[in-house]
Amino acid sequence: MSTQDTTLTGSLLSAHELRKSFGPTPALDGASFSIRPGEVVAIMGPSGSGKSTLLHCLAGIVPPDSGTITYSGRHLTALSDAERSALRRNDFGFVFQFGQLVPELSCVENVALPLRLAGIKRKDAHRAAQKWLERLEVSDVGHKRPGEVSGGQGQRVAVARALVGSPRVVFADEPTGALDSYNGERVMQLLTDAARESQAAVVLVTHEARVAAYSDREIVVRDGQVRDAAVAV
Amino acid sequence: MSIGHTLLGLLESGPRHGYDLKRAFDEKFGHDRPVHYGQIYSTMSRLLKNGLVEVDGVESGSGPERKRYAITKAGITDVGQWLAQPEKPDPYLQSTLYTKVVLALLTGRSAVELLDTQRSEHLRMMRILTDRKRQGDIADQLICDHALFHLEADLRWLELTAARLDRLAQEVSA
Ligand SMILES: Nc1ncnc2c1ncn2[C@@H]1O[C@H](COP(=O)(O)OP(=O)(O)O)[C@@H](O)[C@H]1O
Ligand SMILES: [Mg+2]
Repeated sequence: MSTQDTTLTGSLLSAHELRKSFGPTPALDGASFSIRPGEVVAIMGPSGSGKSTLLHCLAGIVPPDSGTITYSGRHLTALSDAERSALRRNDFGFVFQFGQLVPELSCVENVALPLRLAGIKRKDAHRAAQKWLERLEVSDVGHKRPGEVSGGQGQRVAVARALVGSPRVVFADEPTGALDSYNGERVMQLLTDAARESQAAVVLVTHEARVAAYSDREIVVRDGQVRDAAVAV
Repeated sequence: MSIGHTLLGLLESGPRHGYDLKRAFDEKFGHDRPVHYGQIYSTMSRLLKNGLVEVDGVESGSGPERKRYAITKAGITDVGQWLAQPEKPDPYLQSTLYTKVVLALLTGRSAVELLDTQRSEHLRMMRILTDRKRQGDIADQLICDHALFHLEADLRWLELTAARLDRLAQEVSA
């Protein structure tokens, strides 16, 4: 786990003037962002405005064409691929809208996977995974495959997997997008409660206001730009 | 909705007579309920008394509709403050928000900023309700949820309006 100090501004992860194009029109057009340790920030905006691209850049999944990303005092863009992968494995957790669990593994094995990859013994990893499943109110699905559980249960398993390695940042892209409002809210509540307790920051992409209301603050992306001048770094 | 601010906003583009104010108001904002002359006169006399408008000229004839009103500096400041101040997120404030957006466009102020300010005010209220819901019992949860769904509907309208500002601006200035 990273132990380096945060930058002077107190931000854990920040991005300055990110630009990224996939074709002629930019997906990100000078977007800036900053999050403090333990903070929950919602990234809102219309569909296609660049929310997911911003999240992917912040998480080191997609390299920006230009701009800087600083995590815990280090320039993400200056790291090697191997260093970035290690960072994603050790410091970050991920929750997406669908298709993130490995279909061949049981739910408890899915949750244990990040710990196994970090070299933790199978028995210990499974014990920790089972504890997280309990915490997310799905202790009874551990032995099932992802294909055999409901959407709401699957997202809880995914949240458990994102949090099991004690990440410092959880990236969640429309984590409730495929759920009904009851399950969506329950997942948000469990995710933000667990993140707050373990002091993990959450970068939450959503276009739904009721989901964003679980955050500490929001930013709005329009046409690849962050609109709120107050939070632009 | 504040009729005083709306009339002041209409005066920003130039002095108008009472009857002209009524016509402009009905055309822009009176879709389902035209304003009464009486309301215009009582509002204008209040604005006069408060120094937000002044009488710019009087046509021959009698009756208050003959007066021509002009907005004062204090009046312009008043409109600006009203537009910059987000509305308390209550249900049924759509007509106020609509009026504010149209007036912002008419007077060359930023409608996008107005919508953004209102959005963040709504979200602030939604956060408070969400927090109350997390800590409350089932009754609190249901009551908060009801309010949250209404605020969410408002927010969707704000978002849609933001997406249609260009078209609205064209129509308003036509
Ligand atoms: N991998 C990709 N290849 C091509 N275009 C992409 C890719 N990812 C995103 N885009 C484009 O970039 C823009 C922003 O997309 P995205 O960040 O997914 O928006 P959002 O998450 O806000 O809906 C869109 O126009 C989208 O089509
Ligand atoms: Mg997206």
